[in-house]
Amino acid sequence: MTYSDGGGGTPGQSLMFAATKLNTRNHRLQWLVRALFGLMTLILIVPVGIILGVLVVRGGPAISLEFLFSFPRDAMTAGGIFPALVGTMWLVAVSLMASVPVGVAAAIYLSEYAADNWLTRVINLAIINLAGVPSIVHALFGFGAFVIFAGFGTSILAASLTLAVMTLPVVIVATRESLQTVPMAFREACWNMGATRWQTIRIVVLPNAISGILTGVILAVSRTAGETAPIMFTGAAFFFPFLPHSVFDQTMAMAMHLFVISTAVPGASDELKYGTALTLITLVLLMNAVSIGFRSYLRGKKKW
Amino acid sequence: MVATDVKLAVRDLNISYGGQRALSGVSLDVHEHEIFGIIGPAGSGKTSFLRTLNRMEIHHKDMTVEGSIVFDGRDISRVKNVYALRRHIGVVFPLPVGLPMSIYDNVALAPRLSGIKKKVALDEIVERCLTRAALWDEVKERLDGLGSLLSGGQQQRLTIARALSQEPKLLLLDEFSIAVDPVTTMRIEDVLKELKQELTIILVTNLVQQARRLADRTAFFLNGELIEVGETEAFFTGEVKDQRTLDYLEGRFG
Repeated sequence: MTYSDGGGGTPGQSLMFAATKLNTRNHRLQWLVRALFGLMTLILIVPVGIILGVLVVRGGPAISLEFLFSFPRDAMTAGGIFPALVGTMWLVAVSLMASVPVGVAAAIYLSEYAADNWLTRVINLAIINLAGVPSIVHALFGFGAFVIFAGFGTSILAASLTLAVMTLPVVIVATRESLQTVPMAFREACWNMGATRWQTIRIVVLPNAISGILTGVILAVSRTAGETAPIMFTGAAFFFPFLPHSVFDQTMAMAMHLFVISTAVPGASDELKYGTALTLITLVLLMNAVSIGFRSYLRGKKKW
Repeated sequence: MVATDVKLAVRDLNISYGGQRALSGVSLDVHEHEIFGIIGPAGSGKTSFLRTLNRMEIHHKDMTVEGSIVFDGRDISRVKNVYALRRHIGVVFPLPVGLPMSIYDNVALAPRLSGIKKKVALDEIVERCLTRAALWDEVKERLDGLGSLLSGGQQQRLTIARALSQEPKLLLLDEFSIAVDPVTTMRIEDVLKELKQELTIILVTNLVQQARRLADRTAFFLNGELIEVGETEAFFTGEVKDQRTLDYLEGRFG
């Protein structure tokens, strides 16, 4: 591939813009890299598109107000998903109530207060490791710690706390990174005026980090709503055709329900399974959309 | 030299960062109601010196300070309430830092920190400080606009207004004109000359002519050492004790 000059000068001048061999090679390479990375992006999007497409096509017809707001019938081979839907909302809400305050506080401590010493480094390492623990291990930990040791029994509380432990690293890492994007000069200016560390955090740091913190919360919500293993032993019931009254009740949950009707209930219609999956994914996307909207609203107000 | 009160007495000050010396054995006095200039090339310890006056080392784990700094008769290393100390010392940085909040809130921040809540009182402080920093006329119609979206020169005057809102006894300026156009620089310099009546100013600058225009006395720092302190006019008429000072002033260096 060569270029015509296009500058329209005299032949002598146009040599100045003629492509050298090196130009041509660089240009080809750049084109190749761009195509390759574009292809990777496409590969990423295709499964998402297929999953959503199949779910909408096959599960769409099942969705109705009746499906969403009625209880399962006929040994879970028919009827709706209402208790699972409500249960998932309970789990998400209670686990966020635990993971967000703890995670944000820990991140503030690590980013704003802690000295850079071996202890902090060990803690950071622990957080990264916690993020890598398989969810079934979290489930067993939650069963031991919350169900048996703390005596919560199999309940929303035990399941939510297990989920909270699992999502904690996500919240901590996102919050810490977002705190660190706030320029040091803002903190110094505030300290120089005689503000304490906490005043500085409250007045300058947190308001400018809030959109990044929300990103962490969004990720936490998605994981909380979608995980099955951690709630299997800790609070999610196979079949519990009542709405939970308190955090000490067991509950059904969307992810668990999908797992159950897909593997353990003979005769459940495909439509029911796809409908449940579609509802779950819609629920997660909806919660994400709300948080993303809120986040971009806050970003729009970003002040520097 | 007119006999004056000593506002700030520094003795045998050493500053280091993780074992690396930034400033060695500095002793000097700053008098009340003077503009005290500090000149010197980059890396000579000027900024470290200013940071120490405000006890910033407590926020930087690897920064250590030895020696004594007596401000208004009190050894600041013994002051437990550093927050109160800092309220008496206003700081203006090289690059303007308009905090990401409204212009009004930027200036009202320090008074609020010291417990002033009444809107009337705050309004009065905001107007007075912005006026003194020669910014009021440009921003009075948009006090709720963001401080961080002002132009560089305006932000620097906002920073000065914010420093003045603390009603400081000592104002530290660290190369304030780096990001400011010449016209604004002149306006700020006029402001500083007036402020001298009310407070003491330490002006770190790498523009020797700025030191000449403003400073009553000037100190020359080089490689972490104080080479000499003298009357600014004497410096510029060649009455220096050390040849290096003259070399620096006349731009023959390195």
